[in-house]
Amino acid sequence: MITADNMDQLANPAIRKKHTPLIETAMFKQFKKSMGQLVPPVLILALLLLIWETLCSGEGARLPAPSRVLDETWELIIDPFFNRGGTDVGMAWQILASLSRVAYGYTLAVIVGVALGVLVGQSTWAMRGLDPIFQVLRTVPPLAWLPLSLAGFQDGNPSAIFVIFITSIWPIIINTSVGIRNIPEDYRNVSRVIQHNGLEYFWKIMLPAAAPYIFSGLKIGVGLSWLAIVAAEMLIGGVGIGFFIWDAWNSSRISEIVLALIYVGIVGFMLDRLMGYIGKKITRGTSAS
Amino acid sequence: MTDRFLSISKVNMSFEKNNTTNQVLKDINLEVKQGEFISIIGHSGCGKSTVLNIIAGLLRATDGVVLVDNREVNAPGPDRALVFQNHSLLPWLTVYQNVEMAVEKIFKRSKTAGERKEWILHNLDMVNMSHALDQLPSEISGGMKQRVGIARALAMEPKVLLLDEPFGALDALTRAKLQDEVMRIQGELQNTVVMITHDVDEAVLLSDRIVMMTNGPAATIGQILNVDLPRPRDRIKMADDPQYNHYRHEVLSFLYEKQRKVEDFDKHRMQRAQKSDSAAAANA
Repeated sequence: MITADNMDQLANPAIRKKHTPLIETAMFKQFKKSMGQLVPPVLILALLLLIWETLCSGEGARLPAPSRVLDETWELIIDPFFNRGGTDVGMAWQILASLSRVAYGYTLAVIVGVALGVLVGQSTWAMRGLDPIFQVLRTVPPLAWLPLSLAGFQDGNPSAIFVIFITSIWPIIINTSVGIRNIPEDYRNVSRVIQHNGLEYFWKIMLPAAAPYIFSGLKIGVGLSWLAIVAAEMLIGGVGIGFFIWDAWNSSRISEIVLALIYVGIVGFMLDRLMGYIGKKITRGTSAS
Repeated sequence: MTDRFLSISKVNMSFEKNNTTNQVLKDINLEVKQGEFISIIGHSGCGKSTVLNIIAGLLRATDGVVLVDNREVNAPGPDRALVFQNHSLLPWLTVYQNVEMAVEKIFKRSKTAGERKEWILHNLDMVNMSHALDQLPSEISGGMKQRVGIARALAMEPKVLLLDEPFGALDALTRAKLQDEVMRIQGELQNTVVMITHDVDEAVLLSDRIVMMTNGPAATIGQILNVDLPRPRDRIKMADDPQYNHYRHEVLSFLYEKQRKVEDFDKHRMQRAQKSDSAAAANA
């Protein structure tokens, strides 16, 4: 019989300890720790899916419930590499096509952006001349550039690449120039005492000193270019995750849109982490990722 | 040994800002023998770092001449290696690479790759940093960073070694240890050293001569004190040495009696008083 007296005894840790030796083991503690990391996101995700399922499983629901999404897209999930010609290819090919456009546009943006950033950071004259133009152009929404670039290139693919380029270049330029301007005077003095020439100063002091800033610009840039590619591809068509979504909408395959959004999110997340990782490796941890 | 290894003659320095000329240094004259250890001491803001930067060539004097080994100084160079107050190691390079960057550039032609490597290791060994060759500056203590800074400067084989408050940012115990090491190294290599400091004990313990500067604006050399103590000097014995304490007293009395630093708020108060006086005069 449980009375107030022996309830007290149960709460007493000295007595309880004898009965629960498993909790004391190192393995259990490790397990508990990793569970603590894993349980909250899994729990929240399950909860959200449950809410979604209840909201969308009623009669006349306009959006598919998660169970229906899984059911309708199962073939796409298990076979991401099919190729039936045209735009009817697996999800992996769609994403790779988008990624390759991002790779071209973003690489160009990195080269031009770092070069312009160095120029603006180094020369007060260039800063005065270029900075106002940059400040205005960087507020232009990515898609607003698309018609103009279509007019210029007369072709969808280079236009999409240009949109990626013009979207991701601004944070790269601005962060690089701030990094260059913030190089401590002492590093410059060290370099002057050693008598570096201009090129040596650029490679050995300037770029590494500004690297943490440059990488934070690169990280923002890659995120923006992934944001822009989906919208750009919706308009230019062809193989690519953006047009896949648009195509699915036009043929009312809502479940496929949901799947595509999940993939877009995961790839964007991985791109962001990848840039953070590269930055950390190259700057040897001096870059805040 | 030459008597005029480093010579500073008639150096004036003024900065222009908002169309007002601000004279920082006025008529600085100093001659340093080869192998001599000179300290420049003065209150903060008196322009002692400006003197060092002019010797280093990082600043150009408004007029006057600086000669090192009979050659005029007009640009920075490894013959006047500098140890910075905040060490200024490059954070993305390891201890070894920080010294390597200087050695590779300066001895590119005069030493083979093997000799250069040996020279880098030798200098790091001299400051007792051989154990941390592959560590980054962020992974070592402040005292260790300054050791590496000293090794980097020594590795340039400078004619004059310039120390800009090298121990200022360190705690008292670490500072004492590094001072002892700098004394030992200077004893071994017989470097010519010019050190900026605001620490009286440090100046007396390390120097052959102490150059005391008057307060700015238009600071100049107020007094030069010869420190005639036998080397090697032991800080514990020195603490009881009447001669040592006499020198200490000399420097202290210069800094706190002859050149007592007038605090800024005193100046403001005086200016305000003057202003109200003149206002009163105008009203009358």
